[in-house]
Amino acid sequence: MTDENPSAEKTQEPLLAVRDLVIEFRSRGEVNRAVDGISFAVNKGETLAVVGESGSGKSVTAMSLTRLLPEEPVCRVTGAVLFDGKNLVACSNRAIRRYRGREIAYIFQEPATSLNPVFTIGNQLAEAIKLHRPDVKDVRAEIIRALDLVQIRDPEKRFKDYPHQLSGGMQQRVMIAMALVCHPRLLVADEPTTALDVTIQAQIMDLMRDIRRRMSMSIILITHNFGIVSGFADKVIVMFRGKIVEAGPTDTILSNPRHAYTKALIACIPRLGEQQRRLTTIDYAELEKSQST
Amino acid sequence: MERPLGLAVLILLGCFYLVALFADFISPYTPPDQSLQKTYHPPTALFWENGRLHVQRYELADPDDMVYRKIEGEGAPVRFFARGHDYRLMGLIPTDRHLFLVDEPDRIYLLGSDETGRDNFSRLLYGARISLSIGLVGIAIIMVFGFLAGGLAGYFGGIWDNLTMRFIELVMAVPGLYLLLVLRGTFPDELSPGQTFFLIVIILSFLAWGGTARIIRGMTLSLRNRQFVMAAEVLGQSPLKIVGKHILPNVFSYLVVAASLSIPAFILGEAALSFLGLGIQEPSASWGLMLSQAQDMKVFMLNFWWLLLPGAAIFVTVIAFNVLGDVFRDIVDPKQKFLNR
Amino acid sequence: MKTVIARRLIALIPMLLGITFMATMLMHLAPGDFLDQVRMQRDADPEYIERLEREFGLDNPWYVQYFLWLKNVVPWDLRSDFGYSFHYKVDVWELLGQRLPATILLSVTSLAFAWVIAIPLGVLAAIYKDSIFDRISSILAYAALSIPEFFLALLALFFAARTGLFPLGGFTSTEFEFMSPVRRFFDVAHHLILPTIVVGIGSIASIMRIMRANFIDNIRSEYVTTARAKGVPEGIVMFRHVFRNAINPLITAAGFAFSSIVSGALMVEIVMNYPGIGHMIFHAILQQDQFVVLGALVMSSTMLILGNLLADIALAWNDPRIRYD
Ligand SMILES: Nc1ncnc2c1ncn2[C@@H]1O[C@H](COP(=O)(O)OP(=O)(O)OP(=O)(O)O)[C@@H](O)[C@H]1O
Ligand SMILES: [Mg+2]
Repeated sequence: MTDENPSAEKTQEPLLAVRDLVIEFRSRGEVNRAVDGISFAVNKGETLAVVGESGSGKSVTAMSLTRLLPEEPVCRVTGAVLFDGKNLVACSNRAIRRYRGREIAYIFQEPATSLNPVFTIGNQLAEAIKLHRPDVKDVRAEIIRALDLVQIRDPEKRFKDYPHQLSGGMQQRVMIAMALVCHPRLLVADEPTTALDVTIQAQIMDLMRDIRRRMSMSIILITHNFGIVSGFADKVIVMFRGKIVEAGPTDTILSNPRHAYTKALIACIPRLGEQQRRLTTIDYAELEKSQST
Repeated sequence: MERPLGLAVLILLGCFYLVALFADFISPYTPPDQSLQKTYHPPTALFWENGRLHVQRYELADPDDMVYRKIEGEGAPVRFFARGHDYRLMGLIPTDRHLFLVDEPDRIYLLGSDETGRDNFSRLLYGARISLSIGLVGIAIIMVFGFLAGGLAGYFGGIWDNLTMRFIELVMAVPGLYLLLVLRGTFPDELSPGQTFFLIVIILSFLAWGGTARIIRGMTLSLRNRQFVMAAEVLGQSPLKIVGKHILPNVFSYLVVAASLSIPAFILGEAALSFLGLGIQEPSASWGLMLSQAQDMKVFMLNFWWLLLPGAAIFVTVIAFNVLGDVFRDIVDPKQKFLNR
Repeated sequence: MKTVIARRLIALIPMLLGITFMATMLMHLAPGDFLDQVRMQRDADPEYIERLEREFGLDNPWYVQYFLWLKNVVPWDLRSDFGYSFHYKVDVWELLGQRLPATILLSVTSLAFAWVIAIPLGVLAAIYKDSIFDRISSILAYAALSIPEFFLALLALFFAARTGLFPLGGFTSTEFEFMSPVRRFFDVAHHLILPTIVVGIGSIASIMRIMRANFIDNIRSEYVTTARAKGVPEGIVMFRHVFRNAINPLITAAGFAFSSIVSGALMVEIVMNYPGIGHMIFHAILQQDQFVVLGALVMSSTMLILGNLLADIALAWNDPRIRYD
């Protein structure tokens, strides 16, 4: 490390830079613009939270990073996704596979359906290792290490289990282990706790924190819950109907939200000890007005 | 129309039914009409001369191998709307007009002749009546039995349901054709053509009603806990009335489609039985029966390919009904919740 | 698993009892006595006929006869006696022993043929959904579904006769007895090719359709995205991840396909003169050879039920979520 030229330019350059990303779906002549010209950046070691309600385009943004969306004519992605300076939107199908899993790994919302039901979890972890780290001799040991890292008890026994034999929380841990086995530089977690019980949610977030500390990678955390953003993310972007309506450091946004939509989302966080008179709902008519002005 | 294939098939079947209905008008000969001098005659060629359509005349060049040769320049004029054998048009109007004929002793064999010199074309048209009607009669029967058995089994549940379902399982546990043959073997051979037809329909319905009954049972089970059925029960309506008044209208479209999915089975079943000599008997015409002549080694060796045409006719008809059944199923049950095969 | 298999095998018994009881009843509804055939034969020895009548209780009502038959069939002394064929003049058990292997062989090769053709076609049709290939294969599937086996068998014979490439039916050549084992194998294989294709074609359509539908369902599922997100190449996603999932319902369907194959084999055996139990039952019915009919019914139904059971076992083996206990 020391003999590399520590040019100021290079350290400043973000790990991931998304510019003017537009994602359109078309079916039967109708065009649905799911993401409408967004730009953001993630630096090395940084955690970015993407917040927004259902359908605001968070997942498709995440998927578009490594081109996991359906191909043209169904889906069209324009703009640039610069990872380490290379534009992933334009690179070949072969080339993109070297980024998937190895550089950018994913954790999805539904662990139950995201794991292949007919293969053992060890098998599914091994697949990732064999693909990206052919030099690893003892794949089994590597798997057990990964399962250990995500705090699965008895990894030697567990790795022969099929997904349906594990609880939801365990399945999500396996998903995390699978994302981590190739030591990616960017981890994209798409609502990793939404499908889980509240207590399990907290455990998984603790685990994520622990892992971030150990592995020092960048994370994009997608959520519609501001509650888990505080204390976890460095930066936040707020998405509303395919656009970024607000972006900035987490503390600033939480303490001083400028956009009405952000305020509404923050108001949804249940706070301990605070008596809530009524459930906060989002007034869309109001938002439309503020959007147009 | 959003389904061009369905429409095309509907038109095709419409034409078939028209042809079958007017079979006696369109065909120049009756099914048993033999001509022993002209056995295994190839399809006759047609040509124009003096502004009239003529049918080519042939001579028997090799009586051992039944090779016919054209007599160049000789032919008989084809007469349209000519007088031939008597019949009743659509079973009502007595007449003797035929679409086309040639004067005896010449014969017009559009699709060749069989081992006793009968006209393959005429026999195909008459045979169409059997294949095209057997499915319709059959589904009428299985709709009634399938609905009654399935509806009552689903409605009453318990022992009645258990008995019905076990019985259907029993019938389905025997490979279809084996059971078909055993059942056919049970009945006497000497029957009138009408009786034979009816017997075949009954046997085939017995084999096919189970599938329909199961579908209706499944739907009835899910319907019987709905409010309007419970309300009718509370009001003290009799079970038969409830099944008829509340269940039937709700399952009717499924019933029709489920039953119509077995039309191909009826057509194929009749053809197979007749082919084996256990169905429609000579000299009547049925596609399966006609095809049984094609089993003769002579047919293969001497290339009397036209005797295989009834098979093609069965094939096309069954395809048409399969396509149609699928189209109907997609309309009635697009998610294939109840009707799948 | 073992207990499930045992339970299913035990459930087979009432099924077979029901079928044979029904069959006996039906056969006695038929006019005439099936011994008429024997009596009409000139060389029939009256003493012999009398012995038959006594042995099988033919002068008793049909239900008594049924129980007599049953008593003989049940292997008390480790040997089933399925009665006697009046037509072939041999033990039915012996006759079944000759014919059953041929039918089982034909059914298995046909099923294998249907799978080998239908699965790749179904997969390709799913991957290239709505393409020209998909359209053409679905039309061909309709054709395969709709063509009557006996017509196809005739066409196959026609083809064999015109080209001389294949034997005109049968199971072995006439010189079979004098062949070396290797040549015997090839002789049987040569005779099997056409019947296999003819019987198998009918099942291609349904297997292909199921495969296509399942594959399309599975392509859309989330584990596919997970696999892609791991960097797994598209080909492996399809053939490792999707395929293993999509094949499951097909294994169940194989049980049903087996039913249509056993049925279809009957017509093909008759037309192509293939000496299996379908061929046998047809002639037995014509001759009212009662015990042969019953024996063939028992065997064909057992084959079907065992086929379904095998499919269930294979499914449990392929799909870890299914455990019978
Ligand atoms: N495969 C697809 N085909 C067509 N439209 C799609 C597809 N996937 C997503 N969309 C559209 O893109 C828009 C954004 O969807 P996206 O899944 O990104 O929402 P989200 O913000 O992740 O919501 P959630 O919180 O529910 O996960 C939606 O309006 C959806 O209709
Ligand atoms: Mg999402």
